[in-house]
Amino acid sequence: MDFFFGLLQIIGVHTILGLSAYVVLQTGQVTLAQAGFFSIGAYVSAMLTVLAGWHIVPALLVAATAAGIVAGIVGFPALRIKGLMLVVATIAFGEFIRLFWFNFDYQIEKKGIVVGPQGGEGFKQIRFFPENGWSTLDVAIFIWVIVALIMLALWWTDRSRAGAVLRAVGEDELAAQSVGINLTAVKVGAFAAGGFIAGIGGAIYAHYTTHIEHLNFGVMLATFAIAYPILGGLRNVFGTLVAVIFIQGFLVEGLRFMGDWRNLLFGALIVLAMNVQPRGLIDERSVRLVRGLFTRN
Amino acid sequence: MPILELTSLSKHFGGVRAVDELDLTVEEGEIFGLIGPNGSGKSTTVNLICGVLPVTSGQVVFEGRDITGRQPHRVLAAGVARTFQNIRLFGYLSVWQNLWVAQNSMEDRRRENFAKRWFFGSGAERDTVDEQLEFAGLIDKRNELAANLSFGEQRRLELARALAARPRLLLLDEPAAGMNLEEVQALDGRLRTLQQAGVTIVLVEHVMELVMGVTDRIAVLNFGRKIAEGLPAAIREDEAVQQAYLGGNVGTMHA
Repeated sequence: MDFFFGLLQIIGVHTILGLSAYVVLQTGQVTLAQAGFFSIGAYVSAMLTVLAGWHIVPALLVAATAAGIVAGIVGFPALRIKGLMLVVATIAFGEFIRLFWFNFDYQIEKKGIVVGPQGGEGFKQIRFFPENGWSTLDVAIFIWVIVALIMLALWWTDRSRAGAVLRAVGEDELAAQSVGINLTAVKVGAFAAGGFIAGIGGAIYAHYTTHIEHLNFGVMLATFAIAYPILGGLRNVFGTLVAVIFIQGFLVEGLRFMGDWRNLLFGALIVLAMNVQPRGLIDERSVRLVRGLFTRN
Repeated sequence: MPILELTSLSKHFGGVRAVDELDLTVEEGEIFGLIGPNGSGKSTTVNLICGVLPVTSGQVVFEGRDITGRQPHRVLAAGVARTFQNIRLFGYLSVWQNLWVAQNSMEDRRRENFAKRWFFGSGAERDTVDEQLEFAGLIDKRNELAANLSFGEQRRLELARALAARPRLLLLDEPAAGMNLEEVQALDGRLRTLQQAGVTIVLVEHVMELVMGVTDRIAVLNFGRKIAEGLPAAIREDEAVQQAYLGGNVGTMHA
């Protein structure tokens, strides 16, 4: 059973990561900095629970806020660049954060053992869950409650004017401005919200793996972050969830029997999925199809 | 009383003077025509008023307030809306979402707190969207994606979107481009209705049937400078204008 709970945890955290990119992508900004914000959430929350002895919930909120603030600061220079240039700039920024953790050393002695982030060695012994007797099931439930809350908030946003505004900015910035949208506020706000959500994901990730290091937060993770919403479709939040289940549940875990050929098929299947459903797995057509199953007229 | 005053407004792109020392006064309640050959600076003027382009020098005063160099969303909040020469709708939003987004700058909306304005809109908003769709004749297309509308419908939706925030001055950048005669006549009627509703209109246009028929006054631009201003009949006879349009070229003034 633990394997499935473990898988549930991975899917939960990656859904949060994907949703963090979903918000930013809606405004038409392709960001590869999400892994960086994710790592801020991971390191800051772990330092709060391990070094300062906080409970996970406040630690998670503070870490996510920190990630959100940093993301907002990144959002400002990102205002002036678009498209591929923004991709390059956000990669550079993500790497900047990763290398910061690579060089970051801050350790103290607690109950006879030395704990804390230790540069390239990483941050070990993040033991909030085992120390407080949380079982794998408890952790999985905790994660999925948070996933559900984030999805609910974003689903509501999608249906509100704010959601329409994000999409409007993503489609045509000039037209959006001329109908009274403050471009700076929307783009920076989307970055900050995305950073906040990524921070939550990172905080959870740090605590269930119990050991983080800078290599966890590279370009690969950032690529996954935008791959989920792009593959799932930007129409609604469920697309991201479906894409995470498809990639993590089916492609990564389900194809394990293929050995080294897995990665090859992995890429091929994503290409195939994007060709069959160019606007994402959950697009206008598939939504209409599902609706048609439940309504008769 | 003037609603819009441009005083020696200039925009230079490098050595090119797209708009050069332009003085223009639009009175409240009129339909003001802005015409000129291609490249004469009409669209640039609109973009300068709306804050899309930074002004090189000069002033834009709207209702007695200096709005020069304000960001586009703040120009709209002041009461100036515009449409685009080439249609710029939010294609993957539905027709009514296009208006719903644009309503964020309505007086009523701006008085609301942040959460209500952006996240918890009321049913009353939907009614005002429907009213505006009714006026635009698009009510039966309300759930259609804007990208799926026909060309004429898209033009109407763009006009409706510009009106969604209830502006007092409307800048129309070639609203009749690509329209057939019937559609032009419908537009003519719609502009007059708007005028009666108290909206001042600046009409940038090439279609002379529309401009000559509907406007109260006209200014003519050429190479970024105003070469004539006056009543439509006088403009039609003006020698400098005919020179600018007919010039040494083969173009004709389609009047």
